[in-house]
Amino acid sequence: MTTLERVGSTRESTGGYYHTFLSRHASILPTFAAVAILILLFIGAEIFLRGNFISPGNISALLLDNAYLLILAVGMTFVIVTAGIDLSVGSVMAFTGIWLAKMLEAGTSPAIAIPASLIGGALVGLLIGTLVQFFDVQPFIASLAGLFLARGLAFVVSLSSIKVETESVLWLQSTRIRVGAWYITPTGILALLVVAAGAYAMQYTRFGRTTYAVGGNRQAALMGLKVARTTVAVYVISGVCGGLAGLVLTAYSGAGYPRNGVGTELDVIAAVVIGGTLLTGGRGYVVGSLVGVYVYGTIKSIISFMGAEQSWTQIVIGALLLLFIGVQRAIVARSDRRT
Amino acid sequence: MRSVVKHRLFWPVAALVSLIVINSVARPRFASIVVQDGRLYGALIDILRNSAPLLLVSLGMTVVIATRGIDLSVGAVMAVSGAVALTIIDDSTVANSLGSVLVAVAAAVLVSLVLGVWNGFLVSALGIQPIIATLVLMLAGRGVALLITGGFITTVNSTPFEFIASGYVLLLPFAFFISVAAIAVVGLTERRTALGVLTEAVGINPEASRLAGVRARGIIWSAYAASAVLSGIAGIIYASNIKAADANAAGQFIELYAILAVVLGGTSLMGGKFSVAGTVVGVLIIQTLESTILFLGVPSAQSPVFFAFVVMVVVIVQSPRLHSVVRHLFHVVRSRRASDSTRDVETAI
Repeated sequence: MTTLERVGSTRESTGGYYHTFLSRHASILPTFAAVAILILLFIGAEIFLRGNFISPGNISALLLDNAYLLILAVGMTFVIVTAGIDLSVGSVMAFTGIWLAKMLEAGTSPAIAIPASLIGGALVGLLIGTLVQFFDVQPFIASLAGLFLARGLAFVVSLSSIKVETESVLWLQSTRIRVGAWYITPTGILALLVVAAGAYAMQYTRFGRTTYAVGGNRQAALMGLKVARTTVAVYVISGVCGGLAGLVLTAYSGAGYPRNGVGTELDVIAAVVIGGTLLTGGRGYVVGSLVGVYVYGTIKSIISFMGAEQSWTQIVIGALLLLFIGVQRAIVARSDRRT
Repeated sequence: MRSVVKHRLFWPVAALVSLIVINSVARPRFASIVVQDGRLYGALIDILRNSAPLLLVSLGMTVVIATRGIDLSVGAVMAVSGAVALTIIDDSTVANSLGSVLVAVAAAVLVSLVLGVWNGFLVSALGIQPIIATLVLMLAGRGVALLITGGFITTVNSTPFEFIASGYVLLLPFAFFISVAAIAVVGLTERRTALGVLTEAVGINPEASRLAGVRARGIIWSAYAASAVLSGIAGIIYASNIKAADANAAGQFIELYAILAVVLGGTSLMGGKFSVAGTVVGVLIIQTLESTILFLGVPSAQSPVFFAFVVMVVVIVQSPRLHSVVRHLFHVVRSRRASDSTRDVETAI
C-alpha cells in the first residue's frame, strides 16, 4: 500500500515538473522537435543505407556544403523574431558574391573588397529596414523591393560568372583543418562563429531582448525600448549575413555567378521555421536555426545518396514545413491556454 | 476636374498613359500597328499578347489579397499546370489532334483547381497564415512539376496547342481574348453580384463579417481556388508560348510581379477594397515598362533594378507618414499665405 502510494506521488511530482517545464519553456519545444527529427533522420539514413551514412567525412561535409545557408539563417532568425521577413537574402548573396569576384578580378586587395561587399549587403538591409520602420511598408513588400534591386544589381555587375583566383579567398574553402577523419574549413568556422555571435546577441544582450520584445508586441516602445533602431538593425544584420554568405559561396564555388541563390530565401525561411522560430514573431532561437539547416542539409544529402531526383528535396522540405507549422500551432495554442 | 484627379484609378492610368506617350515620342514605331496576313502586328499588340499570363495570375492575386491573404504559389502552380498539359500531349499518339489538346488543357486546369483547394484548406480550414500556407506549395510545387516531367524540359510540336499563345482570331492574338474573358468573368462575378462586397467585408474585418453572417470560410477558400485555376491557365499559355514545359523557369518571380501589379492598381495589401480595373492597368504598366527597358538596350536580366525603384516609389507615395508630412507642409504654406493676406488688408486700411 505504502509503496503504491509512493509510486503514485512520484509520478505526480514528475508530472508536475513536466507541466512546469512545458509552461515555462513552451517556446523551446519546437526546437526539441527539430532535434528529434534530425536524430531520426540520421538513424533512418544509417539503417536504410546500411551504415554508409554516418561517417566523419559526411558529417563534416554537411557543414561545408551548407555554410552559406547557415549564415543566412542566422540573419533571417533575427528578422523573423521581430515578426518580419526578408525575401532578399538569396539575391543579396548573389549580388555581393559577384561584386566581390568582380573587384578581385580587377586586382583590388581582398582586405578592401571583402569589407566593401559586406557594406553592400548592409546597405540593401538598411534600405529595407528604413522602408519597414519609417514608411510603414510591410516587410514582405519592402524586402521584395530589396530582392529585385539586389538581383538586378548582380546582373548589372556581370551577366556571366567570374572566376576567382585570389589565393586568400580560395584558402577559406581549400584549407581543411583535420582531427582524425573529421575536418572543418575556415568557411565552416566562420559559419559557426556567426551562429555563436547570433545566439549570444539574442540571449544575453539588451539588443536581443529588444528584438524579442518587438516581435512579441509592437507597443514595446511604450516601455522605453528602442523599437525603431532595433527594427532597422535586424534588416542590416540580415544584409551583412547576406554579404558573408556571398563571400562563403564565392569561395565554395570558386566563382561569382549572378544567378546564384534563386529561391534560396525559401530554403532559409523553411530551415528557420523547422528550427522552431515562429513566423508570428517573438519566439525563436539562433541555435534552432542551426538545427533547421542541418535537417535541410541532411535531407538533401540523403536524397542524393539514394540517387533519387533532387526535386524530392523540395517536396520533403515542403511537407516537413507543413508538419512543423502544425506542431507549432498546437504548442502555441496550448501555452496560450495555460497563461 | 477635381473628381477626375481624385478617382482612385487616376494615378495608375496617368502612369500608363505617360509611359505610352514617352515611348511613342522616343520611338515612333512603338505606336504603329500594321496589318499583315489578316493579323495585327506592333509593339502595342505584343504588349497585349505577352501580358496574358501575368494578367491572369494578377486577377487571381487581386481576389486573394482582397480577402487579406496572399498567394505565393502561383508560379509553382503554373509550372505544374504546364508540366501536366505537355506530358499528356507528349504521351498521346496524335499530338496534333484537337481532342488530346483539349483533354490536356482540362486535366491541367483540374490539377490547378486541386492545388488551389489545398491552399484554401490550409488557410481557411486550418487557419494557417496565408504567406506560410502558400509557401509550402511554392516550395513543393516545383518539385512536383519536375517529377511530372521526369526532370527534363518536355517539348512538343502540336499545332492546336501552339495556337493558344501564338494564334490569331479576328486580327487579334488569341491570348488577348483569353485575357478579356478572364477580366469579364472576374469582373462580372465580383462586381455584378454580391460576392465582391462579401469579399471586401471579409478582408476589412473577418470577425465582424462572420458575426454579420458572411460565410468567410467559403469565400476565402474559393478565392484561393480561383487564383490557382487562373494560374493554371497562365501556365498553359506560358508553356504554349515556349512550346515546352520548363519546371524551373515557368512562372519564376511571377508572384512578385503579380503582387506589384495589384499594388500599382491601387489595391491595398491590407485587404478589403480592391479594383479589378486597377489590376489590369497595373499589369499593362509592368508590361509596357518591360518593353521600354528592352528598347533602352538594357539586358532583361537587369530589369529588376527598374522594378525595384518602381516598387519603392509606389510604397513611399502610399505611405501614411509621407501623407502626414505633405499635409503638414501644405498647412504651413496655407496659414502663412493667409496671414500674409490679412497683413495686406491691414496695410491697405
